[in-house]
Amino acid sequence: MARRSPAKVIGGRLLQALPVILLATFMVFSLLKLVPGDIAVTLAGDNATDARIEEIRKVYGLDRPFLVQYGTWLGNAVQGDLSQSLLSGEKVATSISRAFPNTLLIVSIALLLALATGIPMGIVAAIKPNGWVDKTVSMVASLGVAIPGFWLAMILVAEISLKLNWLPATGAKSFAVSPLEAIRHALLPGIAIAAYGMAEVARQLRGSLLEVLSSQYVRTLHAKGLSMTRILWQHGLKNVSVNLFTIISLLVNRMLAATVVIEAVFAIPGLGSLIVRGAIQRDFPIVQGVVFTMVIVVIMVNLIADLLCAAVDPRIEQ
Amino acid sequence: METAHPAERISGAAAAGSRHALMSVRGLGIRFKTAQGIWQATRKIDFDIAPGERVGIVGESGCGKTITGLSILRLLPNNLSGLDGSIMFDGVDLASCSTRTMRGIRGRRIAMIFQEPMSALDPVFTVGHQIAETLRVHTNVSKDEARAQTIDMLRRVGIASPERRIDEYPHQLSGGMRQRVMIAAALICGPQLLIADEPTTALDVTVQAQILDLLRNLSETSKTALMLITHDLGVVAETCTRMITMYAGEVIEDATVDAALVRPLHPYTSGLLRSLPHLSPRLGRLPSIPGRVPSIAEMPDGCRFRARCPHAIAGCEAEQELLDAGEGRKVRCWRFRELDLPGALQHAASAPIAGRVVRQ
Repeated sequence: MARRSPAKVIGGRLLQALPVILLATFMVFSLLKLVPGDIAVTLAGDNATDARIEEIRKVYGLDRPFLVQYGTWLGNAVQGDLSQSLLSGEKVATSISRAFPNTLLIVSIALLLALATGIPMGIVAAIKPNGWVDKTVSMVASLGVAIPGFWLAMILVAEISLKLNWLPATGAKSFAVSPLEAIRHALLPGIAIAAYGMAEVARQLRGSLLEVLSSQYVRTLHAKGLSMTRILWQHGLKNVSVNLFTIISLLVNRMLAATVVIEAVFAIPGLGSLIVRGAIQRDFPIVQGVVFTMVIVVIMVNLIADLLCAAVDPRIEQ
Repeated sequence: METAHPAERISGAAAAGSRHALMSVRGLGIRFKTAQGIWQATRKIDFDIAPGERVGIVGESGCGKTITGLSILRLLPNNLSGLDGSIMFDGVDLASCSTRTMRGIRGRRIAMIFQEPMSALDPVFTVGHQIAETLRVHTNVSKDEARAQTIDMLRRVGIASPERRIDEYPHQLSGGMRQRVMIAAALICGPQLLIADEPTTALDVTVQAQILDLLRNLSETSKTALMLITHDLGVVAETCTRMITMYAGEVIEDATVDAALVRPLHPYTSGLLRSLPHLSPRLGRLPSIPGRVPSIAEMPDGCRFRARCPHAIAGCEAEQELLDAGEGRKVRCWRFRELDLPGALQHAASAPIAGRVVRQ
């Protein structure tokens, strides 16, 4: 069975990513142009004359046709230049590199928490299906799915920061400067996002583990004299890990999306806040830059998950 | 006893073989919980398997033969409600022994293979791992030694270039090869009994014969007793020395294959033999047994076959015991002495087994 080399697989996957990046940035660009509001008016300031606004439009190239504007942006982006913010004049790449670590920390903490709680929950639930442990897990998981992240975030702020004063309620600290402070700031937003992830991991893992444990090959393993522990940890986990990797990659995508709201609640200067501000101010280079970054992150995460799946399951043709 | 080398164990058992059965099943009844209440899948199952003997368990689907096989290794589904009777294997009652004892017997002294070799093998481990696994669970052999023995075992089950195949995954093998791998994993610890549940049903006809040959040869050379569960009388005739017929959860006949094929004592066995396509003469329609197996809910008293039996008379509604018919034969029919039933090899000359069987 001929297998392609990992380098070729990765190259091929990145090629597939190109149309996704094109489509995503083009759609966001179109949406920004469709919604009412004009950045030239903002830039011109109060009491500006129409002539002044028109002049600003010309300076920033906002008078050019829609497709030309998009084409210019794309041409620069391909060369690694995400251009500047229309409002502040700061390089978009600089804004993103300042905001991204904050978002990355929140998502990493959320993912770690979700896996650290969801995986054990899924396993204990699957060992005795329909037992009281299983029922408790499924109840907790239902809660996790049903509770909106922003609501949980507000409750956490009210109880844990304001009442108990254990953790800071807002803001972020640089991980490079003081890791502990950075984690303390990211913990509550991380928990708020992790609740859904925990529920999803627990439910999906329970389901796929149950399917594996009731399979015919597990009966063979019993017939060979293997202990339940060995069947579960060796054969069970290897067989469900493919599903687990897929769950994780979907979860990361979802968590990235969730940061938009959560960063607003906790006033964290991350990618989410950046794109929201950019969208409100019609500062399209910012919005485009963030979308571009997020698409790349999502594609990378999916690629890693695919490679891990292929490493575990020999049936997957790369 | 637990540390004995497989070869010594077998020779020891073979010496006592004439008098002692390797396994003695007595009064085995299996009950399941269902939505409709307790479901008695089998009852009053009695049979022995001698060391090295090849026994076929035959019957229609749903007669309880697979459940009986699974119950020996206690691999029954979770909705099991109770196990009656005893399964004595070398002084241990498998029906009541501890889980730990059972685990020591599974794979090492009694092995089992299943119908679908594809789904019976773990897809994400190499076949070598899955064969060596049995050995490594039950013995302290080193990794290298286990690998060497696995390659040797693969060769014994007829897999070409085992050094290469050992590192392949189940999906890279053909159906016949997968079943050979299953057999290798089952026999690597040198068990005294191999339970094979429809081992060839999922395979191509040409491969079927090869696998049956392999099972018979391995059973002969390594003195492993074989319990072959099948609905196919042809498979039993080719492979086994004794045949146990089951009907509606009971053993109804137990005889050597030769005796059962030529002169069955139970009307049901006779009916089964006569409905074999390749053994029947090519005249007209194939005889079949009229009616259907009674459902669990409305199991009749007495003989369970009587509603379909052409020889049923008053008296068949009495409880039927497994009677000794001499020459080691047993039958669950009180009329067996008066009936002269046709077997597989002579029905051209004899009358149809039932007026209800239409012949054209």
